[in-house]
Amino acid sequence: MIHSLFLINCSGDIFLEKHWKSVVSQSVCDYFFEAQEKAADVENVPPVISTPHHYLISIYRDKLFFVSVIQTEVPPLFVIEFLHRVADTFQDYFGECSEAAIKDNVVIVYELLEEMLDNGFPLATESNILKELIKPPTILRSVVNSITGSSNVGDTLPTGQLSNIPWRRAGVKYTNNEAYFDVVEEIDAIIDKSGATVFAEIQGVIDACIKLSGMPDLSLSFMNPRLLDDVSFHPCIRFKRWESERVLSFIPPDGNFRLISYRVSSQNLVAIPVYVKHSISFKENSSAGRFDITIGPKQNMGKTIEGITVTVHMPKVVLNMNLTPTQGSYTFDPVTKVLTWDVGKITPQKLPSLKGLVNLQSGAPKPEENPSLNIQFRIQQLAISGLKVNRLDMYGEKYKPFKGVKYVTKAGKFQVRT
Amino acid sequence: MTDSKYFTTTKKGEIFELKAELNSDKKEKKKEAVKKVIASMTVGKDVSALFPDVVNCMQTDNLELKKLVYLYLMNYAKSQPDMAIMAVNTFVKDCEDPNPLIRALAVRTMGCIRVDKITEYLCEPLRKCLKDEDPYVRKTAAVCVAKLHDINAQLVEDQGFLDTLKDLISDSNPMVVANAVAALSEIAESHPSSNLLDLNPQSINKLLTALNECTEWGQIFILDCLANYTPKDDREAQSICERVTPRLSHANSAVVLSAVKVLMKFMEMLSKDLDYYGTLLKKLAPPLVTLLSAEPELQYVALRNINLIVQKRPEILKHEMKVFFVKYNDPIYVKLEKLDIMIRLASQANIAQVLAELKEYATEVDVDFVRKAVRAIGRCAIKVEQSAERCVSTLLDLIQTKVNYVVQEAIVVIKDIFRKYPNKYESVIATLCENLDSLDEPEARAAMIWIVGEYAERIDNADELLESFLEGFHDESTQVQLQLLTAIVKLFLKKPTETQELVQQVLSLATQDSDNPDLRDRGYIYWRLLSTDPVAAKEVVLAEKPLISEETDLIEPTLLDELICYIGTLASVYHKPPSTFVEGGRGVAHKSLPPRAASSESTESPETAPAGAPPGEQPDVIPTQGDLLGDLLNLDLGPPVSGPPLATSSVQMGAVDLLGGGLDSLMGDEPEGIGGTNFVAPPAAAVPANLGAPISSGLSDLFDLTSGVGTLSGSYVAPKAVWLPAMKAKGLEISGTFTRQVGSISMDLQLTNKALQVMTDFAIQFNRNSFGLAPAAPLQVHAPLSPNQTVEISLPLNTVGSVMKMEPLNNLQVAVKNNIDVFYFSTLYPLHILFVEDGKMDRQMFLATWKDIPNENEAQFQIRDCPLNAEAVSSKLQSSNIFTIAKRNVEGQDMLYQSLKLTNGIWVLAELRIQPGSPSFTDLELSLKCRAPEVSQYVYQAYETLLKN
Repeated sequence: MIHSLFLINCSGDIFLEKHWKSVVSQSVCDYFFEAQEKAADVENVPPVISTPHHYLISIYRDKLFFVSVIQTEVPPLFVIEFLHRVADTFQDYFGECSEAAIKDNVVIVYELLEEMLDNGFPLATESNILKELIKPPTILRSVVNSITGSSNVGDTLPTGQLSNIPWRRAGVKYTNNEAYFDVVEEIDAIIDKSGATVFAEIQGVIDACIKLSGMPDLSLSFMNPRLLDDVSFHPCIRFKRWESERVLSFIPPDGNFRLISYRVSSQNLVAIPVYVKHSISFKENSSAGRFDITIGPKQNMGKTIEGITVTVHMPKVVLNMNLTPTQGSYTFDPVTKVLTWDVGKITPQKLPSLKGLVNLQSGAPKPEENPSLNIQFRIQQLAISGLKVNRLDMYGEKYKPFKGVKYVTKAGKFQVRT
Repeated sequence: MTDSKYFTTTKKGEIFELKAELNSDKKEKKKEAVKKVIASMTVGKDVSALFPDVVNCMQTDNLELKKLVYLYLMNYAKSQPDMAIMAVNTFVKDCEDPNPLIRALAVRTMGCIRVDKITEYLCEPLRKCLKDEDPYVRKTAAVCVAKLHDINAQLVEDQGFLDTLKDLISDSNPMVVANAVAALSEIAESHPSSNLLDLNPQSINKLLTALNECTEWGQIFILDCLANYTPKDDREAQSICERVTPRLSHANSAVVLSAVKVLMKFMEMLSKDLDYYGTLLKKLAPPLVTLLSAEPELQYVALRNINLIVQKRPEILKHEMKVFFVKYNDPIYVKLEKLDIMIRLASQANIAQVLAELKEYATEVDVDFVRKAVRAIGRCAIKVEQSAERCVSTLLDLIQTKVNYVVQEAIVVIKDIFRKYPNKYESVIATLCENLDSLDEPEARAAMIWIVGEYAERIDNADELLESFLEGFHDESTQVQLQLLTAIVKLFLKKPTETQELVQQVLSLATQDSDNPDLRDRGYIYWRLLSTDPVAAKEVVLAEKPLISEETDLIEPTLLDELICYIGTLASVYHKPPSTFVEGGRGVAHKSLPPRAASSESTESPETAPAGAPPGEQPDVIPTQGDLLGDLLNLDLGPPVSGPPLATSSVQMGAVDLLGGGLDSLMGDEPEGIGGTNFVAPPAAAVPANLGAPISSGLSDLFDLTSGVGTLSGSYVAPKAVWLPAMKAKGLEISGTFTRQVGSISMDLQLTNKALQVMTDFAIQFNRNSFGLAPAAPLQVHAPLSPNQTVEISLPLNTVGSVMKMEPLNNLQVAVKNNIDVFYFSTLYPLHILFVEDGKMDRQMFLATWKDIPNENEAQFQIRDCPLNAEAVSSKLQSSNIFTIAKRNVEGQDMLYQSLKLTNGIWVLAELRIQPGSPSFTDLELSLKCRAPEVSQYVYQAYETLLKN
């Protein structure tokens, strides 16, 4: 099981360590640093590293490495999932998961880690249980605490800890009872040079924000549940109901949580909302090249495409770029060679384009590879797969809640090869 | 207002200051001080000097303060064991507290204080807590047993905590069950032999019920535990699968993968005809694909596991090729894994897409990835024959880019393509030669040299090209040197007139100016071959090479089966069984897939097959390229000396034996890559076979062959035994034996007349028998047999007689008639007389067949007291037509992979494990796999007979 945890920042300082069994010396991290050096890029550090006596399993999140030390055969996914859960909890408690936030709240962090894992076994990882045990810091509370001497550690057993629904505590009370659902779909796609779709799928999630009193029992049904054939559920969902009736039936956790995530992959269901016309060329034996891209709407279901950003990792030999956008603004970082074009909205009358000259290092051979374009966009009020919520019913409680559903489609890993 | 204030230090000295604060009367000040201490601890600062002061703060009603003190205690108790005792009283008291949170906290913390003295005091509170009325306390106590076991295993056993823990598996609360399972699993890991998790249908049922209700982490523990269970039949397996499948939709990827493990394992027991089997296959694909949309670290682990799953059951993901396409901003470790799986899934149906992708990748920035992509194109060409042409043209396009490492990599793979499809794509050689100068990596240079040497007759300036390499001969790596030597000798044999000087130059460089013994030895061999018998040299150096296969990177079936049992674990990430790398090597028990339940497809599956025998228990190795060497040696052996084909087994063996040692050293340091062995293939051609039995004297100093060739071929012949005693047959005594020689079987009979009258009119007949043995000619006794006379007759047999299954299988009932009467007797023939000469299976076929034959058809035997090494075993067996296909060394044991074929076309595959060198290990382990498992036992008997004589 998980033996120890080290938190390491980007400059390679170990700024926190926690041991759940015997103490493991910091020097074990040297193997990690070695791998990090070899990988050059922080994102390329392999997640599982073996050392003579331990295994190091790490994740990279928010510019921090969470490095766990294990000594026996443990499912690595278990460890990785747990580490992500730790990062999520920090995010949840401190609003951000950063070195500063962790250092500012080091005692709470330590209490949390102790509560989340016992002897390497996960103990309490549900946010609502943790929050009953250890109260999140707020300015008000710390002021009150320092005056009254009360503590931010709960002294009773959390109610959810042992019930069959560990995700919900008893006695929740709201004056305004609300239930909101966000259907968020991300399009992952690879588009080849000619504009044909090499690969496309939709990664969808339904995030919920439930503020309902008591023990509400909810049923969420869809107009077209057949779309969902590859689904991962929050533990609260009754699987049998879904299997037989295609209805999501559940007693919700309190607050924000991810209800389901799903994948729609059959190619014909995945509409590609934008197209890109591009011409990027480098001349042989010259220190210049041409760059010209235009973006236009395609299959956008009549909605506006907004928040468009194009990011391009230019080849190393590019020194500078001299471009003119018809819309939005661009930046080119000559150190990282990243070109970012913040486009904004597409108006079909006048398609946004960005063209101009590329200055290359003189004397260097012309780049072999053409860069891929990474595109971000957002379409409000649309789930590109066509998924639609039919209705939400509540049982078990008498009051009438406010209900709402929002749809949004975004680009996920949306790449255009040139 | 933040905790960062705890890090600030003062001039006076931190420890001093803290000490004062800890002993302050003010509660608030105390708490702040403890927080400061903890803050120092988190960054690894040593604050152990404050131990007594901190422990003094322990007796408090403030839960936060208590928790903080506990945190401190856990870290430092080990360094101050005597002080730690001070804390014991408080713990014991807290274990009686009315608040379950405090009871649990106390028992939890006590377990974390890894001090022997404390453990004694822990027992009583722990016993109480294990039976506590509050499930939260029970579940915490369950974990505490595991902690205590880690500190003092004996104590835990003596106190009977293990039994209490086992009882908790039946607890009413699912969280308690999950933690009990987790604790037991951890304890069991350090005691592989103890039967702690005694799984039976009742306990399984309890686990399955708890599975639905416990937390995600608990589900992982329970699923991992379920995977260790072997259901008693396919119906039980199916019902467990049905209850596990909902876990595939869980949001936690570790739960999903553990569920996949259970399903993959139990699926093995389900019949393929079952509808449910198909349903299950379909259900497995979506969750696996979903794992690929998670964070990159999760993707990596998932991909390593998918790599195993597609090898075991390619049908699951065969339509999902596209999800493995690489995105340019994937981390490199994800990219490389995806590429690997793409090649495994490549088939005729999707090859066009795959190639287009690979070509795209070959222009990316990351050098490692580009190289692997180019290699992948070569592997596709070898795997999917229809695509070879397209692959070659893609590779040529890539060579045109002139990007140095792309060109080099392309040349290496094109060489492999030449090996796979000879005489098909040689037109591209000209293009390759243009890039000769840009090659600077040994592997690429060696590949190019191999191509030039191999196709010297088609390259006009081959001599110039090779000469250009020769200039810097001593600066080249060994790989290139060896290759250059062979290539120039090839060139000389093809164009002897112009290249005499060149070959002399290289031979003298290799033999006189080199310090490398391998190079020298090879140089000498060539030199002497060329000087004594150029014809033989030609046969040796230019011998036809076996085709290479794409299967070399597959994981060996038995290892794969074992790894499938470890899906989701570190073993699955490293693709090694845990026994080879888990710290301490605590003798982790090998896991194996359950045998498939008997179904309609195996109607002939008999009672004799030891169905319960756990198959594939041994760890096996990933086939390394070097193993091809075995193939080369065996396959390359030339045509037989004389006589009917297929009859020269012992001659062949002689050659292998004698060449074996020398060639091993020649090839010993060849680097990895099929290429390595390709180069050295020529010398393996059977020198003795081609030279004929009388070896030319010039070679005899190199190859002491005379003894090897001298012996007559044929399999082992048992001494004659009396089959029919005289008193049972009115004075006729028959003894005999069976022989197999040069492809024909005969029954050698000795007839003795012990009666007082002359015997005439002999005739013989066989009853129908299992393999259709029948006399091929009448029994010829030319003269009447007078009293006390003995005659020896060899009766030729064939196997075209009528067939009836006998019990035992090798029973033969014979009737002999003479002028006096008809006599009956029955005898058992050794099975090896039925092993045919063409029983050598192709290596790929072997792998495929081994995989294909269901595990319950595997039978395992021990051959005791057989102090032979692998060479001796293999030569002994080969003379009786048991052919060694590959040999490898695993953990100091030699493993021989052998095949044989019976006259009725039944193939038997064998895996023989030998522990060489140690006289105390003289037992061989034999695993046999055969579609008709009833023969296994008799094959084993044959093995034993052959090896012990």
